[in-house]
Amino acid sequence: MNAAAPKMAAVIRDLQKHYVLKSETVRALRGVSFDVPEGDYVAIMGPSGSGKSTLLNLLGCLDRPTSGSFLLGNDDVARMTDDQLSGIRASRIGFVFQSYNLIPQLSVVENIEVPLYYMGKLTAQSRQRSTMLAGMVGLGDRLNHRPTQLSGGQQQRVAIARSLVNDPYFILADEATGNLDSVTTDEILALFQRLNDEGRTIIMVTHEDDVSEHAKRVIRLKDGMVVVDEPIKNRRTFSAEKIQSISENAQIKEKVEVP
Amino acid sequence: MLMFRTWKLGIKSLLLHPMRSALTVLGIFIGVASVIWLLAIGEGISQEAQRQIEDLGAENIIIRSIQPPDESGGNFRQITAFGVKRAEAEMIARTISTVKQVVQIREIPQKFAYTGNANVKPIDGRLVGCLPEYKDVTRLEVARGHFLTFKECDSKASVCVIAAKLADRLFPSEDPLNKQIFLPEKKEYYKIVGVLQPKNATAAIGGSLAAQDFSLDIYIPITTMRLRMGDNETKQTGGSFSVKSFELSQITVQVSNVNDVPRTAKLVESTLKSRTDVERQDIAVVVPYELLEQARTTRMMFMLFMGLIAAISLIVGGIGIMNIMLATVTERTREIGIRRALGGKRSDITQQFLVETVSLSVVGGLTGILGGLLCPVIVSTTKDIVETVWPNFYNDLPEVAKVMSPVIVPLSIPLAFFISVAVGVLFGLYPAIRAAQMDPIEALRHE
Repeated sequence: MNAAAPKMAAVIRDLQKHYVLKSETVRALRGVSFDVPEGDYVAIMGPSGSGKSTLLNLLGCLDRPTSGSFLLGNDDVARMTDDQLSGIRASRIGFVFQSYNLIPQLSVVENIEVPLYYMGKLTAQSRQRSTMLAGMVGLGDRLNHRPTQLSGGQQQRVAIARSLVNDPYFILADEATGNLDSVTTDEILALFQRLNDEGRTIIMVTHEDDVSEHAKRVIRLKDGMVVVDEPIKNRRTFSAEKIQSISENAQIKEKVEVP
Repeated sequence: MLMFRTWKLGIKSLLLHPMRSALTVLGIFIGVASVIWLLAIGEGISQEAQRQIEDLGAENIIIRSIQPPDESGGNFRQITAFGVKRAEAEMIARTISTVKQVVQIREIPQKFAYTGNANVKPIDGRLVGCLPEYKDVTRLEVARGHFLTFKECDSKASVCVIAAKLADRLFPSEDPLNKQIFLPEKKEYYKIVGVLQPKNATAAIGGSLAAQDFSLDIYIPITTMRLRMGDNETKQTGGSFSVKSFELSQITVQVSNVNDVPRTAKLVESTLKSRTDVERQDIAVVVPYELLEQARTTRMMFMLFMGLIAAISLIVGGIGIMNIMLATVTERTREIGIRRALGGKRSDITQQFLVETVSLSVVGGLTGILGGLLCPVIVSTTKDIVETVWPNFYNDLPEVAKVMSPVIVPLSIPLAFFISVAVGVLFGLYPAIRAAQMDPIEALRHE
């Protein structure tokens, strides 16, 4: 591995995943390789059956590849035990799901804390950090609300705050805007853009071109292989004012950080 | 801190379905309460049985006369004396060194009447001929007046001492002391010199000694009885007469030292049996001391049996927990997926669900203990209610159920609590492990 200038958030080499279904072997991934440098914003696209979901599960450390390697920092995740993978998920990956996946019996701030809870790092400071993140996504006044008391967009913002709480290597967003209307989709994408501008690495799985065009780079899969891996030419971005107006976070963030 | 969070979360999750959780808790509540109840009732009954046996006197050996089955047949009936003899009683007292004294009594069923009150019908009771020592041996307490004295016995006086219940019935509105009791069958009068305190019945012991109910007794000097009535008892049934001949109904051999009781019992038995024939059918030797030992082992069996019943109800409660937790796990598959994705280990998931089952069972256990502690109060109130509302039904209850009051076994409380926690863990483990074994990817996809 050449020590190139940008640090890598993830390095994927010849990743293969086979499923054995009865007598057949399904080769969902047939050797996928790419790098994700820190600060990148990647959109992974592909028709259904292309291996998109399989790749997502591997990137999320929810599954182990049949062969190949997946370096997350300096560790090859491909050979880890179940408990080690749990540890990696808690500390290095920020998940954002299509259906938000908040825990219904927990409040906003408690939901944000869940990864810290599993890392064993729940402290007074961590509570402060969770509160701050809630403020950053514009929910500083709803800390004790339950997910059911929030709109879809608000729930997704809680999920984004949760994905940031462990300071992950990358945010893994799976169709994060799939359940949202266009206005709310813009809100979420603006938030992603802002996080990326601040240096966060984002890997986004989507099938909508409108959404993928907000990323910096697109990887297209077909039949378990990468067919396209290129920068987005006409990247859509939000203006600074837009970002400001959508999430109104500047004031809230300041308010929270004072104590 | 982490533990606290886990518990808080578990309780929060349970409160999402309050009705379901409450019913599950009820299952454990019933199990734990029944452990304490059954043990308390078992202990109450066995203590009562033990008390009744102790009332017979652990230092006593009781020899009862038994009327042998009539073997002569036909119309002609030879009158043969049966039972323990006065001579035998005296011989035991004289020859066995460990014996302190031998108390002789003779009892016959008798009707008692009071001629001073026309409203009172004659009452069936028991006429007991005895000596002053009988009071101490049988643990009778005098309420008013005095028990029979040696002087009265020596002079063969027509005096008597009356049991409390009989006194109440014959003299509902008068002072029984110094009144004359009339025996319509014997046409005799006895003057009441003492009234006893109420006394509970003794234990019924096998077939040889029926429970002795002292409540309808009248005690007269045995000397007077012998003088007036002799050894033969004539009974008229229908048109025919039958005659029973016996010298004594019972002798109570009091042993100086309780430890000598088994040895003395053997000597007494061999003395009585070698005199006439070895297979003597007309006496029964009862040793309360041995019965006491037996009662102790019976008690253990009883407790085990009660414990078994309670254990079954706890298992039923445990199955309730397991059932609910399996449903909960299925229902919360999605949540399990989320938690696994966010870094929860299998062990974290197991722990989370175990905390919930243990919470349920601990709440059930604690409330069950409270319910169990109420046992004596509830039982005595129920008895009072039954006694006033359905007096007939109450009277038909076995003696032991009337007298018994539950005694909480102290050990049963920690035991019940421990068992409830164990049930929670045991029956919660399977659902919890099942939850933890789920594939996070599948679980996340679950709708």
